[in-house]
Amino acid sequence: MTNQASTNFINIGERTNVTGSAKFKRLIMDEDYETALDVARQQVENGAQIIDINMDEAMLDSEAAMVRFLNLIASEPDISRVPVMIDSSKWTVIEAGLKCVQGKAIVNSISLKEGEEQFLQQASLLKRYGAATVVMAFDEKGQADTEDRKFEICERSYRLLTEKIGFPPEDIIFDPNIFAVATGIEEHNNYAVDFINATRRIKQHLPHALVSGGLSNISFSFRGNNPVREAMHSVFLYHAIAAGMDMAIVNAGQLAVYDDIPKELREAVEDVILNRNDQATDRLLELAPKYQGDGKEVVKENQEWRQWPVKKRLEHALVKGIMDFIEEDTESARQEADLPLHVIEGPLMDGMNVVGDLFGEGKMFLPQVVKSARVMKKAVAYLQPYIEREKSEGSSNGKILLATVKGDVHDIGKNIVGVVLQCNNFEVIDMGVMVPCEKILQTAIDEGVQMIGLSGLITPSLDEMVHVAKEMERKGFDMPLLIGGATTSKAHTAVKIEQNYHGPVVYVPNASRAVGVCQKLISKTDKLAYVAQLSTEYDKVREQHARKKPRTRPVTLERARANRFVPDFSAYQPQRPNQLGVQQVQADISTLREYIDWTPFFLTWSLAGKYPRILNDEVVGEEARKLLADANAMLDDFEQSGQLTAKGVVGLFPANQVGDDIEIYRDDKRTELLTTACHLRQQTEKKDFPNYCLSDFVAAKDTGIADYVGAFAVTAGIGEEALAEAHKQAGDDYNAIMVKAVADRLAEAFAEYLHKVVRKTLWGYAPDEALDNEALIREKYQGIRPAPGYAACPEHTEKQKIWELLDAEKHTGMTLTESYAMWPGASVSGWYFAHPDSKYFAVAQIQQDQLEDYADRKGWSIEHASKWLSPNLG
Amino acid sequence: MTDSTKFTQALKQRILILDGAMGTMIQRHKLEEADYRGTRFADWHSDIKGNNDLLVLTQPDLIRDIHGQYLQAGADIIETNTFNATSIAMADYDMQSLVREINVEAARLARQAADQYSSADKPRFVAGVLGPTNRTASISPDVNDPGKRNVSFDQLVEAYEEACDGLMEGGADVILVETVFDTLNAKAALFAIENTFDKRAQRLPVMISGTITDASGRTLSGQTAEAFYYSLRHVKPVSFGLNCALGPDLLRQYVQDISDIAECAVSAHPNAGLPNEFGEYDMEGDEMAEHIREWAESGLLNIVGGCCGTSPEHIRAIAAAVADQAPRQAAAPEVRLRLSGLEPFVH
Repeated sequence: MTNQASTNFINIGERTNVTGSAKFKRLIMDEDYETALDVARQQVENGAQIIDINMDEAMLDSEAAMVRFLNLIASEPDISRVPVMIDSSKWTVIEAGLKCVQGKAIVNSISLKEGEEQFLQQASLLKRYGAATVVMAFDEKGQADTEDRKFEICERSYRLLTEKIGFPPEDIIFDPNIFAVATGIEEHNNYAVDFINATRRIKQHLPHALVSGGLSNISFSFRGNNPVREAMHSVFLYHAIAAGMDMAIVNAGQLAVYDDIPKELREAVEDVILNRNDQATDRLLELAPKYQGDGKEVVKENQEWRQWPVKKRLEHALVKGIMDFIEEDTESARQEADLPLHVIEGPLMDGMNVVGDLFGEGKMFLPQVVKSARVMKKAVAYLQPYIEREKSEGSSNGKILLATVKGDVHDIGKNIVGVVLQCNNFEVIDMGVMVPCEKILQTAIDEGVQMIGLSGLITPSLDEMVHVAKEMERKGFDMPLLIGGATTSKAHTAVKIEQNYHGPVVYVPNASRAVGVCQKLISKTDKLAYVAQLSTEYDKVREQHARKKPRTRPVTLERARANRFVPDFSAYQPQRPNQLGVQQVQADISTLREYIDWTPFFLTWSLAGKYPRILNDEVVGEEARKLLADANAMLDDFEQSGQLTAKGVVGLFPANQVGDDIEIYRDDKRTELLTTACHLRQQTEKKDFPNYCLSDFVAAKDTGIADYVGAFAVTAGIGEEALAEAHKQAGDDYNAIMVKAVADRLAEAFAEYLHKVVRKTLWGYAPDEALDNEALIREKYQGIRPAPGYAACPEHTEKQKIWELLDAEKHTGMTLTESYAMWPGASVSGWYFAHPDSKYFAVAQIQQDQLEDYADRKGWSIEHASKWLSPNLG
Repeated sequence: MTDSTKFTQALKQRILILDGAMGTMIQRHKLEEADYRGTRFADWHSDIKGNNDLLVLTQPDLIRDIHGQYLQAGADIIETNTFNATSIAMADYDMQSLVREINVEAARLARQAADQYSSADKPRFVAGVLGPTNRTASISPDVNDPGKRNVSFDQLVEAYEEACDGLMEGGADVILVETVFDTLNAKAALFAIENTFDKRAQRLPVMISGTITDASGRTLSGQTAEAFYYSLRHVKPVSFGLNCALGPDLLRQYVQDISDIAECAVSAHPNAGLPNEFGEYDMEGDEMAEHIREWAESGLLNIVGGCCGTSPEHIRAIAAAVADQAPRQAAAPEVRLRLSGLEPFVH
């Protein structure tokens, strides 16, 4: 046997799958079934013995698409001559498909996930329809990962099927779950071996049962490097087939021939697949770039700089972010140096200084710097054992503690600052997110850090930062305190934080400033002058703030209410939502990525410019294109691997305005109150406009008009932390940050997508809307989805009501922190308003009368209300 | 011993004889519109001449007599006169509401006839017939819209459940799904049969007989005989075979294909040759019997009878030809994953 082409192995065509093929998905979405049939035909012509058909796409009526495609196939003898695999996670789609095929098909898949009863019920029906079935190694406890769990679940499934309902054993095809190996996480190293051994046991002990699997997962870690992925697939199959694997869903045209794989690569891959030694992953990682793309050319191109002296080679590798030769070059440098530490302090730091200079001059961009850091980390990691052996202490610029404050989960900016500081030879103690004040201060003392950096994104974090500053003062700290994060500002730092702490307090507006600030604060010569300068600066800001007259005059709450917005209900009749009540929503990555607004993604990486123009920007265009390519490659892999997933929940309810609140009712009778959403009203003098309050967009109760509101909570961050952590552990901050940046965009995309589904179908007040993504980003649609904590409804605790209304934690696993930040970080929640005149606005500053009124409505003390409304109290 | 177990036992002992054509025999009576209507449907709002299945209500004696002729000729199994008695096919006459009654009566008439001829050493059986209907679930009725269908699986299931329930109620010993030209229709029929068995808490043996349309060797919906078998063997039929469309000469190779792989009994009821230019079948009983004898000698047969153009004379000749022949031994193929599209796939 030389490769997968062994006669006994079944190739299942994977192209007629909307989740696996972007092209096929586009064709189906565009209803170009003619061309979609060609995709199926080509697969059969290219040797697929069975074709997998999957229509699981949230924006698609999957049942209808499955039925239509299967009916069309039935009229094409050159396609329908082979059996089909009806592939869906939805039982209804599977059943609809089975009702269209005259042949004997395979269903993909059923499992014990929802328990024995459902499993056996579905299997009995499959028997009645006359289908074979894939059975996933999945039970009530979850997906099987170890050999024993895989076999145990398969054995239990087998016994149930054959003994309880007489399911023919030869019609059972087990999928014992292929998971990614070489992820950098030690527990994953044995996944391929687990699969192969489980396969062997299934074939030995469960007579006539077959084994299948989805191949592409195995090579997840090497996304973007197809030659290595293909080699991994081929080697994996070689061993899995030998163990008895019968079939796999594959792109047959894209499999390397086992014997054609270069020996060096094959051995490295084999070590990884068979988990033959601890260094296997590292070795393959090292080797992988060599085979990237058209391997030969890369090597050729690199040859020139490979001739340079080692110091220059290290600098080049750092500036260009090239990982390939860093260990070998570091080793050369180590041999030339007296002490291994000198390599770090000498050529490596020199190289990083070049990076720092180029960054300072705007000639390098953040993503590149993060890649440089990745190279640096690798070099340092290589030297570490030598340094430890010689017991020499490294010297760093200084030690900095970074933390996202209690109640807040947002850390992309903080992570970037951490990486940039590390690039500049600062030692960074990163405490992660939601770190309580006491823990920050204790760690600062224990680690002997020189300064503390606090980060936060949501407004309640501002208060927490004030608290930390006060505690530092109380506990007699002297060290500098750095403040950063999206809602922080120079004014807030000057007015609210700096006075509370006698040590230096510095507002750091973005990551690229962090290095300069820290260097000055560490410098013996510059520090005093810098601190004095800061102090005068903040005095000035405070003075300005105190003098600042509101541009418009405040009005009393009474007057503001008299000038409320009164919606016109003559031209617009509130529509009763098609689906009242709460429902869970799912969306796959392939759908969501179509709704991504990329502009903020580039901002995350400090590249300013509007997408897609930024891609052709003279200065940052190239970097922007690389970033986008990396993000897309990551999205491709999320689609394939399912390691990042999205979940959401939406509810639509009868509702009416009462005062500035919105009463939300259980049903159309409008007698039983589910909750009352409290909103704030603009309280500055308006000449030509009303004083808006979100509740104005809902018909007042006394009008007798039956109106409605909606609420939603979505996350695209399930799996986010684990992925980011895996990259971080592997020393890859670039991808760790990328995971979060991408997940954030997906969450926003989910909100965009779900809003569209709500407008078009769930609520259905704009069924005929046809807007492209650009128009969606520009909010060209009817209705709004303001999020608590943002301008139109700035008070965060209202999120709790959304959570209760939707039972959001149960439906999505999303939770709220004590500061009402959403977890996972890549999450969005908000309200839906449908009135055509509803619009976004900023509540801005409110007055004492509204504070008291609001406190009263919420049943809060004035003090408590002041805390939560502080950003709006001026 | 129930009649069903008697049936499976008889099947082990000898080649069972199925009856011949019902339509050919009815034609001999040259019935007119008024004969079809009888008194009960004298005022029916549409033409009903040609609705042969209705005759179980309007001319029961005639139908019982035909059954009797076949039993006399040596048939072990007689088929109920219900080829079109589904709500889908009866829609042509707007007689959907009579479907259950027709099935019950048809089975009852056949039951009476069979019981009359039954003896301890030659028990006679009633096969409740489920025909293919006049619609196809996997073929479009519109050449310009290949994805279109004029009947769905669910509609077929519903129609077949009603018919099957009636047949069981009337006393059928076996259910025969015959003249299958679209396998998806047959899948729906078998799905309905299983549902009905569940509902009535009674199981009967199931016979399946498909139709190879022409010399291409495929069903109308495009499957080869082997693929067709793999699509339907999940119900564990008591017999699997072919009928109609071809005479014994042309049908043999496909019967052979099925005989090679079927774990169950094999049946065949060919036409009396191909129709001539007047639409009549010319092959005489003796000639047909000669073919059948050769099949039996080659070990291809467990059940044999006749389809279009055959009469009690044909059945008598066939019965005589196989009387001293041993029944076919079931094939025992390896346990393998056996799938099908239009063609078989074995792993």
